[in-house]
Amino acid sequence: MSTMATTHRPFRSATAEPLSVRWLLIGFTFAFLIVFLLLPLIVVFVQAFAGGIKAYFAALADPDSLSAIWLTLKTAAIAVLLNTLFGVAAAWLVAKFEFRGKDFLITLIDLPFSVSPVISGMVFVLIFGAQTWLGGWLIDHDIRIIFAQTGLVLATVFVTFPFVARELIPLMQAQGSDEEYAALSLGASGWQTFWLVTLPNIRWGLLYGILLCNARAMGEFGAVSVVSGKIRGASNTMPLHVEVLYQDNKMVAAFAVASLLALLALLTLGLKTFLEWRHGDELAALRGR
Amino acid sequence: MGTIAIPHLTRAPSRRRAMPGFGLTLGFTLSYLSLIVLIPLAALAFNAAGLGVGGIWKVLNTSQVINALKLSFGGALVAAAINAVFGSLIAWTFVRYDFPGKRALQAMIDLPFALPTAVAGIALTALYSVPTVPSPAQGWLGVPLEALGVKVAYTQLGVIVAMTFISLPFVVRTLEPVLEQIDRQYEEAAATLGATRWQAVSRIVFPALQPALLTGTALAFARAVGEYGSIIFIAGNLPNLTQIAPLLIAINLDQHEIGAATAIAAAMLALSFAILFAINLLQAWVRRSERKSA
Repeated sequence: MSTMATTHRPFRSATAEPLSVRWLLIGFTFAFLIVFLLLPLIVVFVQAFAGGIKAYFAALADPDSLSAIWLTLKTAAIAVLLNTLFGVAAAWLVAKFEFRGKDFLITLIDLPFSVSPVISGMVFVLIFGAQTWLGGWLIDHDIRIIFAQTGLVLATVFVTFPFVARELIPLMQAQGSDEEYAALSLGASGWQTFWLVTLPNIRWGLLYGILLCNARAMGEFGAVSVVSGKIRGASNTMPLHVEVLYQDNKMVAAFAVASLLALLALLTLGLKTFLEWRHGDELAALRGR
Repeated sequence: MGTIAIPHLTRAPSRRRAMPGFGLTLGFTLSYLSLIVLIPLAALAFNAAGLGVGGIWKVLNTSQVINALKLSFGGALVAAAINAVFGSLIAWTFVRYDFPGKRALQAMIDLPFALPTAVAGIALTALYSVPTVPSPAQGWLGVPLEALGVKVAYTQLGVIVAMTFISLPFVVRTLEPVLEQIDRQYEEAAATLGATRWQAVSRIVFPALQPALLTGTALAFARAVGEYGSIIFIAGNLPNLTQIAPLLIAINLDQHEIGAATAIAAAMLALSFAILFAINLLQAWVRRSERKSA
């Protein structure tokens, strides 16, 4: 009797949940992610086009908006370049050599992640602000750091500091040094070994790190907000310009500029997903973190 | 070929050329790290030391600052707890089930990382506030929630919603790879021995996930504590009620109250590092007790 009863039940593996639980969890995941993550994104575009396409492009063509876009591009370009150079150097150091204090160095590299963005900007005000001896000297010599692009770059470099390094370090550690030793023993110079052997091996991981670093650099708000002084048309980046327009109650303009940043986010996610899908095996060392 | 290989074979094995670049990368890494991160953070410590414990306490011991610190740390704790629960369910669904649209949802998980915080801030505010004038996308969630008697925008609940949004990916992203690597044979053994599915999950899978869950939750907490851009718009920033600690730092800097800003920043950093350190200790303890029971 009991065997009869069990054979009539629909088949279910011993390590699977009942169908009802499965559907409930899938349904919950869909509902939660759509309501909680997707709706805010949709709101940005609906608000941006609330005044029609003309109003949208007029808001973007405003000189202050254009200057904010230009400043964001310049700032991010410098910050990403510097942190990429650092990331490659740090990854080479950590992956190719054994030395004391290596774990501590890795902890220090990750440090900016656990500092509030506002504090990340504030530390540069403490060094270069008008209240300090250095700040006074700089003002006397007409060198502007705080309330100018240098300050924006410094704050951006601080918050995006770990991005490239933390992608490359596990990748290069997993790849080992055999190919580099082979190249060196065949007579290649150190630079030749780096350009011709190491770089091709790490290119997708490097691109991945640059992608994430750039997204954060262009979108950073808290850190640049305290060093910028928010001078329209001069020291306002795109995220800061969004805030200024929002405070002025210019909703269409605020969301129009915000929509460009949202597009950047979507582009970043798309490329990132593509890299994970296309080069997932080469990036395998990056997963599991 | 053989003639080329012979000279190599006769060489002593220790003649392998050393990897170049140690001096260069060490020098560059340490100077860049010092210039960008260590010296600026030391400047904060130096300024805080200049204020002295008494000076810092004088700034902190006002209801406005205490309430802001309570909101930043308390709110982050609630947001991290929400993410621990929902993030676990989402990670489980991603790893264990196949369904159409999964790849799209998985790509979406990282949206809070990719979306600039100011954009998230104004979008969440538009979504959860109740519009005073008719507006196309404003109040999609705010109006129905208000009808249920729940106010989100410009309340502490709004702060928690923004904190949860911004730190959602941490738990999911930390749990996914660990869940993928769990060997299903223990669950099979449990089922063979008569355990119900819930017993197998709660007693076998969950303990194996605990360290990763703790790490993910700690990361989410650390991010939510310091978060600024996505919160200040939806919070409304009422003193003693919806002001977060980073906002007080920004306000003080704006008014050139460098000392007050330094005191709050030092307190925030000290508290977050203490909490992260405690979590690390807890994790080491969990790992050790696990090894003992294994």
